[in-house]
Amino acid sequence: MKYLDEFRNPEIAQRLFDEIRRMTTRPWAIMEVCGGQTHSIIRNGIDQLLPPQIELIHGPGCPVCVTPLETIDKALMIAAQPGVIFCSFGDMLRVPGSEKDLFRVKSEGADVRIVYSPLDAVKLAQANPEREVVFFAIGFETTAPANAMAVYQAKQLGLRNFSMLVSHVLVPPAIAAIMESPATRVQAFLAAGHVCTVMGYWEYEPLVERYHVPIVVTGFEPLDVLEGIRRAVAQLEKGEARLENAYPRAVRREGNVPAQKMLADVFEVTDRAWRGIGVIPRSGWRLSERYREFDAEARFAVANIRTQESPLCRSGEVLQGLLKPNQCPAFGKECTPRTPLGATMVSSEGACAAYYQYGRFVQVEDIPVAPSV
Amino acid sequence: MIEPIDFTAWSCPLPLRSYPTIVMGHGGGGKLSAELVEHLFAPAFRNAALDALGDAAVLTLESGRLAYSTDSFVVRPLFFPGGNIGKLAVNGTVNDLAMMGAKPRYLTAGFILEEGLLVSQLGVIVEEMAAAARTAGVQIVAGDTKVVDRGHGDGVYINTSGVGIIPDGIDIRPQRAQPGDVVIISGEIGLHGVAILSVREGLEFGAPVESDCAPLNGLVEAMLAASHAIHVLRDPTRGGLAATLNEIARAARVGVVYEERKLPVPPAVAAACEMLGMDPVYIANEGKLVAVVAPEAADVVLEAMQRHPLGAKAAVIGRITAEHPGVVVARTGIGGSRVVDMQVGEQLPRIC
Repeated sequence: MKYLDEFRNPEIAQRLFDEIRRMTTRPWAIMEVCGGQTHSIIRNGIDQLLPPQIELIHGPGCPVCVTPLETIDKALMIAAQPGVIFCSFGDMLRVPGSEKDLFRVKSEGADVRIVYSPLDAVKLAQANPEREVVFFAIGFETTAPANAMAVYQAKQLGLRNFSMLVSHVLVPPAIAAIMESPATRVQAFLAAGHVCTVMGYWEYEPLVERYHVPIVVTGFEPLDVLEGIRRAVAQLEKGEARLENAYPRAVRREGNVPAQKMLADVFEVTDRAWRGIGVIPRSGWRLSERYREFDAEARFAVANIRTQESPLCRSGEVLQGLLKPNQCPAFGKECTPRTPLGATMVSSEGACAAYYQYGRFVQVEDIPVAPSV
Repeated sequence: MIEPIDFTAWSCPLPLRSYPTIVMGHGGGGKLSAELVEHLFAPAFRNAALDALGDAAVLTLESGRLAYSTDSFVVRPLFFPGGNIGKLAVNGTVNDLAMMGAKPRYLTAGFILEEGLLVSQLGVIVEEMAAAARTAGVQIVAGDTKVVDRGHGDGVYINTSGVGIIPDGIDIRPQRAQPGDVVIISGEIGLHGVAILSVREGLEFGAPVESDCAPLNGLVEAMLAASHAIHVLRDPTRGGLAATLNEIARAARVGVVYEERKLPVPPAVAAACEMLGMDPVYIANEGKLVAVVAPEAADVVLEAMQRHPLGAKAAVIGRITAEHPGVVVARTGIGGSRVVDMQVGEQLPRIC
């Protein structure tokens, strides 16, 4: 594919590895915020080629991983109702709620469909006026514009049988929450390139100042990730804390302004629970007053469902970089990719699932772990 | 009081050919069933064993070990770029036999038809099965048809079973993979799965993608003519190359290492995978094989493959190792490595 091979060039990758190795004099813990970056790191084996002093902490940036159990239970409840067509992105189907997942509800007779765009769900609602079509709108700022467009279109079309179960989350409040935690070990962030394509990076300037932490806007191809790490290490070694854009081919400071206008119209900021972490103030979006009629929680009366997470699962600590997956007592015992207790074991980019695969034949003690601060 | 209906004197007033769709009676064992056989299946599959129309086909086989396999086909949609369910059903079983080094000889075909299926569609499917059988050099010698109520099937389900003869001196099975062996793929991966996905979901990936559905027994014959030092053959269908390599690693208790950069991935498959967050090694193929070959025979087997039209893009992708038994490791494009496991369920498009 064009524009990809250039960013997977092994010779340039080697030069970047060499440079990072040369400049690293002491241990550093860097968090990549986005699940797509985690996926790229694992898929390309970047973590194993870095000098042992560099620890990558896989952050809470996988939207599947951070969607709260309670929201998944609500989704299962709505999907099981007769007459509903429940639409979701594919990888949400296997995420366990308290008792089952969407695959199981589908096998029990629910009409659950994988869609590739929320606009497909709007089309389904038009084509099936006698059915209730519900779209499971999860994700960070990246997926939000398309979801906002779906609600906007539904309103323009006057669709009464379309609604969304919204569990949108926002990156900057999560970074702030991680830095506020007294136990935090994170010393620099790779910000999520695609989130910044939409929102720009001006939102991160106050975070850099308040917490004196380097933040580097980073892309997803191997060379992008390596360049992000290189710039973060360079700042850390010099004792600097600046905001840098290492993904200029896709990201501008102001972001995508028309998309932001649409988001501001359709959504409003709300407190949001993150799976395994808890409620982070003002860290999510819900439908604004103007679009509240499309809120599936109200339409299907599931707003009062309350669910407790498994007491064994410590994915919250993993997501904050406080615990290595293999240090969790349930890891590989009660909790495996086939019997996941938490979403970090479900998603292919979840930190626990990645460790489970990697640790199967590499001694877990050999996996580099930066000393605790 | 309702008058009881007398069915004994009833017969369908219309002959088969004027029914545009399959009706329940086509599976009833009566005249409609007989006409379906007489007008559709028998002329298409024509051979002596089938024409005898006995309760079972009577076959004469040369001596040797018998390979025997069965497979059911439920693909949706029934027609896709590069083939249809009928072609798939013949080639699927032919390939399963060929992967044991057998020469496929005879197939049976069981049809489960959904009431309402267009007879013209069934006709095309059956014609293509007959053509695939001719290409592969096998005969379809027995069959069966049942009809289920509308809404209880996806048009057509087909089961094929087949037998083939394994020549003396051939011993091909997953357990024979040993450290040092070379792993070869016969061509570009991911085409069938992406072709199905593109029509099922209405997605486009730049260039149109056709299924690679093809019979591999000719290619296997060419390989065996070059060398008998072929230890394992597998066709990476569902679960893709990753599932096949994992099965070999587990069966033989060896490790498999492959180089990502050496995988033949066509641009449209690469584009589809980038767009949907999938990996080509998990995508189904229907006309490719993986060969595990003794190192000293690797060159001659590879050359024999590349001379055959179905192996023109064959490539060495990795090797068998004594390290990490039961585990498949990919060397990544930038020189890293990662474990490539089987998938738990089906591959799901990632959100981002």
